[in-house]
Amino acid sequence: MAAMTPTAPDTVEAGTSGAAPRASTRRPRPRSRPRPRVWRGAVLALAGAYFLTPLIASFVFTVHVPGRGISFEAYTELLAADGFTQSLLLSLGLAAATISLSLLLAVPALIAVRIGSPRLRPVVEVVCMLPLVVPPIALVTGITTVLRWGPEHLSRTPLYQTFLAVQNEDFPVVLVLAYTVLALPFVHRSLDAGLRAIDVPTLVEAARSCGASWPHVVLRVLLPNLRASLAGAAFLTLALVLGEFTIASLLGFRPFAVWIVSISGAQARMSVAVSILSLVITWLLLLLLSRAATVPATVSAAPATSRKES
Amino acid sequence: MSATTTPHPKGTAGGNRRRRRGPRTWLAALPLLAFTGLCFGIPLGAIAFGAVTRTDPATGAVRPTGEHLARSLQGPYLGSLIGSVQLSALTALVGGLLGVLIAQAVVTSRSTALRSAALTASGVLANFGGVPLAFAFIATVGISGVVTQLADLGGLGWSLYSFTGLTVVYLYFLIPLMVLVIAPALDGLRPQWREAAQNNGATAGQFWRHVGLPVLAPSLLGGFVLLFGTAFAAHATAAALVGGSVPLVTLKIADALSGNVLTGQENVALALGLDMILIAGLVMAVYLPLQRRSARWLR
Repeated sequence: MAAMTPTAPDTVEAGTSGAAPRASTRRPRPRSRPRPRVWRGAVLALAGAYFLTPLIASFVFTVHVPGRGISFEAYTELLAADGFTQSLLLSLGLAAATISLSLLLAVPALIAVRIGSPRLRPVVEVVCMLPLVVPPIALVTGITTVLRWGPEHLSRTPLYQTFLAVQNEDFPVVLVLAYTVLALPFVHRSLDAGLRAIDVPTLVEAARSCGASWPHVVLRVLLPNLRASLAGAAFLTLALVLGEFTIASLLGFRPFAVWIVSISGAQARMSVAVSILSLVITWLLLLLLSRAATVPATVSAAPATSRKES
Repeated sequence: MSATTTPHPKGTAGGNRRRRRGPRTWLAALPLLAFTGLCFGIPLGAIAFGAVTRTDPATGAVRPTGEHLARSLQGPYLGSLIGSVQLSALTALVGGLLGVLIAQAVVTSRSTALRSAALTASGVLANFGGVPLAFAFIATVGISGVVTQLADLGGLGWSLYSFTGLTVVYLYFLIPLMVLVIAPALDGLRPQWREAAQNNGATAGQFWRHVGLPVLAPSLLGGFVLLFGTAFAAHATAAALVGGSVPLVTLKIADALSGNVLTGQENVALALGLDMILIAGLVMAVYLPLQRRSARWLR
C-alpha cells in the first residue's frame, strides 16, 4: 500500500513508510489486491457497454436499411434536405451573437469588480448565478408573458416596433437574449476561474505605470492572459445554443434542434444521422476545450458542463 | 488625499487613480446588471405576477388570487410535479451511486491514460443531453431500434417510452455529471489516510464508515442535489422521447403554453413555473453550502 503514495510529499515521511506499515500490510495484501482489480474491471466494462451501445447502435441504425443492406444515404441526403442548412446557419448565427453578447457583458463587469469595486462582487456573482435556479422551461413561460404585453398594451407606442423586431423570424433576437441569460452562469464560472488564476491588480498597475491606456490594458494585457477561459466560455455557450430546444420550440422558432425533431416523424433515419453528427461536432468542440483548459492543471476542478438542453 | 495641495507626486497619482477608477469600474459592471434586470428580472417578475393575479377579460381589472397556485398543486398538475420529483430523485440516486462507483474505479486505477480519457469522456457525455440523446436511444432501444430487434426486448415487456425508459436515458448524462463532480473529492481522499487507518488496525469497512464517508458526505450530497436539479429541469429529452405519456411538470408546462389543452391555461403554466423555480431554488440553497463545505478537503 505504501507503494501507492508517491505524491503528496508533505504527508509521506520516512518514518511511516518504513518497516512498520510494510509488516502490517503484508497480510491483507494477497487477499485484498485481486478483488479491487476484478471489481474495477467489471465496473469499467459495464460502464463502457452502457455508454457505447447507444452510439454504435444509432450509427448502425442510420447505415443499415433492413432488406437493402448498408447505405450511407441518410448522410448524403442531409445537405439537400429541406431546412437543414437554413436551421444550422440560424443556430450558428445565434451562437455567435450569444457568445459576443455574453462576453461583452461579463468581461468588463468581472474585471471591474476585481480591480475597482469589490463591493459589487457578490452582487455580480449572485446575478450571474441566479439563472441556474430558473429552469429554461420556467424562463420561457415568463418570456411568452412579456412578449404578449407587446400587442396587448403597447401597440400604440414606439416600443411595439422593438417587440416586433425582437421576434423577427429571420434572426430572433429574443433567443439571443434568453440564451445569454442561460449562458451567464457558465461564462461567469469560466471567467472567474481565469481571473482568479492571474494577479489582476498587479498586472493592471504594472501596465498603467508603463503608460498603457485603459483599453490597452484590457485588450493587450488582461485578455491574452484569459485566453483559455474565454475559449472555455465560448465553447460552452456554443454547445448550449446548438443543442437548445425548449425555448426555441415554445417561442415558435426553428433552429437546429427544433428542425431535427420536426423531421423525425417523416425521416427517422436522417434525424438520427443528424443527431450523431451534432453529437460528434459537440464532442470535438468540447475535446478542444478540455485540451485547452487542462494544459497547465490536472483534470479536476470545475466540471466542464453547460446546461446543455437535457 | 488630494485635499493637501502640496506637490507630492506619489500622493496625487494615487488620489487621481482612485478617483478615476471608482466611477469607471462601477460603470463597467452596469451593462451586465442592466441586461439581467431587463432580460431576466422582467420575465421572472412576470412569472411571479401572473402566478398570483387574475386579469378579468371583460374589464381588464387585475386582482390578486391564489387560485392558479392552488390549481397547479391539484389533480394532473400535482401528479406531474410528483412524477418529476420521483423521476429526478430516482435518477439522481441511481446515477449518483453508479457515478461514484465509476469515479472510484477510475481514480484508483494507476493508468493515467484511462483516467484522463474517462474524465474527458465524462465532460463530453454530461453535455450530451436533449434531442440528439433522445434520438440515439430511439434508434437503439426504441420500438424498431437496433438492440430491441437483436435482443427481442419488446417481447420482454421493455418500453423506452415509459418511466423506466426515461430513467435509463437520463442516467446517460447524469452518471458522467456525477463522475465529474465526485472525482475531485475522491482524489482528495488521500491514500495516506487509508494507510493510517490500516496501520491502526482498521478494516476496509471501518475506514469507509469513520473516515471515507464523513469526508465525502458533503460532496456526495452535493452531487445528488445537483443531479436532482438537472433531471428536474430537463425538458427536451423527455419531449422528444415520450411526448406526454409520462407525467412530467416540464411537459405539462409546454402543453399549457402551446395551447394543447384548454385556453386560459397560461396562468397555470406560470404558477407551475413558479413551483419549479421554488423547488430548484431549494435545491441550489442546499447545494451551494455543501459545495463550499466539501471544497475544504480538496486542498
